Amino acid sequence: MEKRFFFEKYGLSERDLDKYLGAALSAGGDYADLYFEYLTSTSLSVDESMVKSASQGISAGCGVRVVTGERTGYAYTDDLAPEKILHAARTAALIASAPAKTPVVSLKDKARHSLYPVTDAASDAELSKKVELVFRADKAARAYDSRIKEVRAGYFDEIRRILVVGSDGTFAEDVQPLSRLNVFVIAREGKLSAKGSSGGGGRNKFEIFLTEKTPEHFANEAARQAILQLSAVACPAGDMEVVLGPGWPGVLLHEAIGHGLEADFNRKKTSAFSGLLGKRVASDKCTVVDNGTLNERRGSLNVDDEGNTTNNTMLIENGILKGYMADKLSARLMGLPNTGNGRRESYEHIPMPRMTNTYMLAGDDLPEDIIKSVQRGLYAVNFSGGQVDITNGKFVFAASEAYLIEDGKITAPVKDATLIGNGPDVLTRVSMVGNDLKLDEGVGTCGKDGQSVPVGVGIPTLKIDRMTVGGTGN
Amino acid sequence: MAATETTAETELRELASGVVQRALKLGASAVEAVVSEGSEFSALVRLGEVETLKEAGSRALGVRVFVGQHTANTSTGDLSADGVEQLVRAAIELAKITSEDPMAGIPAPEQLGQLSGELGLYYDDVYSLSNKERIEQARRCERAALEVDERLTNSDGGSFDAAIGRRVLANSHGFVGEYRSSYCSISVAPIASDEAGNMQRDYWYSAARTLAKLESPEEVGRIAAERTLRRLGARKIKTQKVPIVFDRQTSAALLHHILDAVNGDSIYRHASFLAGKLGEKVFGANLTVIDDGTIPGGFGTRPFDGEGVPTRRTTVIENGELKSYLLNTYTAKKLGLATTGNASRGLAGTPGIGNGNVYLQPGEKSQEEIIKGVKQGLLVTEFLGFGVNLVTGDFSRGASGIWIENGELAYPVEEITVAGNLGEMFSNLAEVGSDLIWRGAVACPTLRIEGMTIAGE
Repeated sequence: MEKRFFFEKYGLSERDLDKYLGAALSAGGDYADLYFEYLTSTSLSVDESMVKSASQGISAGCGVRVVTGERTGYAYTDDLAPEKILHAARTAALIASAPAKTPVVSLKDKARHSLYPVTDAASDAELSKKVELVFRADKAARAYDSRIKEVRAGYFDEIRRILVVGSDGTFAEDVQPLSRLNVFVIAREGKLSAKGSSGGGGRNKFEIFLTEKTPEHFANEAARQAILQLSAVACPAGDMEVVLGPGWPGVLLHEAIGHGLEADFNRKKTSAFSGLLGKRVASDKCTVVDNGTLNERRGSLNVDDEGNTTNNTMLIENGILKGYMADKLSARLMGLPNTGNGRRESYEHIPMPRMTNTYMLAGDDLPEDIIKSVQRGLYAVNFSGGQVDITNGKFVFAASEAYLIEDGKITAPVKDATLIGNGPDVLTRVSMVGNDLKLDEGVGTCGKDGQSVPVGVGIPTLKIDRMTVGGTGN
Repeated sequence: MAATETTAETELRELASGVVQRALKLGASAVEAVVSEGSEFSALVRLGEVETLKEAGSRALGVRVFVGQHTANTSTGDLSADGVEQLVRAAIELAKITSEDPMAGIPAPEQLGQLSGELGLYYDDVYSLSNKERIEQARRCERAALEVDERLTNSDGGSFDAAIGRRVLANSHGFVGEYRSSYCSISVAPIASDEAGNMQRDYWYSAARTLAKLESPEEVGRIAAERTLRRLGARKIKTQKVPIVFDRQTSAALLHHILDAVNGDSIYRHASFLAGKLGEKVFGANLTVIDDGTIPGGFGTRPFDGEGVPTRRTTVIENGELKSYLLNTYTAKKLGLATTGNASRGLAGTPGIGNGNVYLQPGEKSQEEIIKGVKQGLLVTEFLGFGVNLVTGDFSRGASGIWIENGELAYPVEEITVAGNLGEMFSNLAEVGSDLIWRGAVACPTLRIEGMTIAGE
């Protein structure tokens, strides 16, 4: 175990931490915390069958937060010298100044999960092995079909070491590995061009790219999509039945209901889901959780960025809204349980409620029965991303691989199309839920208020009785 | 009291030049180093109370080294002598695993340089206000919005933001360039509810390089309120093809798609529907697009690009003909062309392509006149989602807006998508408005486009 990283590298002591927290609360405040971060990352990519460049980066810093009522003061420094951290603490203190004054409770290291490898993480592998991955991806994609003309493959890994210390006694250290392999291809035939992309990873050992999530797996998948898209027809426009394939199409949950169930929006009553706790928001076939405790998943965390142990949180149970995802501030202000969803992009950012791995539990229907039940509709199996307007609940997501369903059979592939719906009612139209729950391969990144964090999603095959599909065809 | 005054200018220049010299000594054949330093402040006031205040400063360094035709990049926030030494050594080590790329390299000495004269990028007044005054700006902006109408019952807050930065670029041809920049903005996002309790949110903002050019908090608040109120009672409409009018916000988003499509990286990889079409008529004759990185005070203005090449004015599309791509040194070499001074460079990674100040040449009619000319159609005021495929030009995005009936704005519309193909859309530009207003680095007047599909009920 690599423990006490910041103590060794920067000569920190517990007395220093007390001093910094004391400075943060010197002008008053209900709560203060320090977030130390040390991040190293490597990325390389192959393009035109050449590794054109490789990058490595190191960033380190400390963010200091002081909370008074609903008010937050925040300052950070990228220099971990004691006087700089003290300066940041005093800055945060000044801007959150208030009469309340809280003593610093003695720091306690709580028991927590151990969800990812601390040795042999992807970043520990030799550079030459990482280079080999992208070359293999390039080769496999080109070998898939002679119409594959452009191939780009990228490999990325990082190790994030964090230490969170709070005036409520919070003391948590974690070492968080993350890695990812991506393949992007373009197919050309005559005047037609089409693209395909695939990728995956997680908080895993490097070995996973040699066994399960191999370069050939992602290369073949990207190439398959691009070749398929060469023969895609215009997507129909209008309301129709929609079947979502298992896995990554779970981005529907993330956009349609996930963001709306983050506690900050509900504390401010700016979410279309405000005040719906205990009410029906989905058909009784729908049970949705946010689970930060899955092994090696991209969205998983031993502790969140406020030092809380992550949880498996029930959001919707048999269609009834059961809970929100909370961080410390919203849990305290709303009297909700803290679900361990306080996350931030880096030491430069204020934590807020964010998703981890959000998915729907499997139902009883056979995927083939779901397809058979559709007269005329869309079967969407891959998406390029989505967005939501939290306040009115409208959300979109863009299908990058979809097919027409005609008379219970999957027929022609269709071109890119955006699906649009209304968060609070889209899940009430879920009439069939497959028994084939799948989580995505580890590619999701979620943006909120300018902060990006890695997340996971998943669904079984789902049938939605009516959704608006935004194509150009009839 | 500008925060940057604590750092002597020469210190950053020497740091950047020192990195270049050190890398050359360690065996690099060419080097480029970037140092950036910045301070940021933000205040968010919600329902009259301060919600967050944030203040910080940071410095970081990035280096790109070439060992022969092999290249690699490293970046760090550790600017100590040890940190810098590690950074340079790591970059040279990393270059050994990359492939030999005949096109790799920094610009030729004769291409390097910078614009002279005052570009109006830095005003220290953005950091001149006390915290109390900054909070007051945000509070006034929110109050002005919420006072407009009693249906405005909630808010995501009013904010005031300020930032200043300094950037130094040095390379092994002896180029050393430096500039400072400043930014400030006020914004507010009010929320309105109708009788049924349905909520709508919208926002408005003003951004400038100096406080003197910021619009008043009251004006920003008033516009934000109007934009939010006009969304109440929005309905879905039927699936149909009608003329679509894009307001300045959404038309600028469409112009961004053109910029992505002329980006040299996408062009040489044939990842754009405009690849290989230089000199061809790709859009309608009423479409002209200019990229100009030299406009004083512009948000897209810089004295030199991310590789030390002076910025310039480039005609990208002229009367529908594709005149130029936007290129950096690498993509220019790949295409057998000259760089257009559009290299963009963060600290980490290889230089990409960025735009300067971009605009679509305005036409004659006001937005009102364009709307008047539409019997039945849609004014699109917001996009949701990112459904654009640049390889094919296929476009399908979520949208909301206002229905046009007999030339008049009739009622708000939501939960629809608008779809078409960018190539066809810009060939079917029925009208280009006269209302070009700079609010950021990309500006576009109101546009009317024919032949797109609205998907709804």
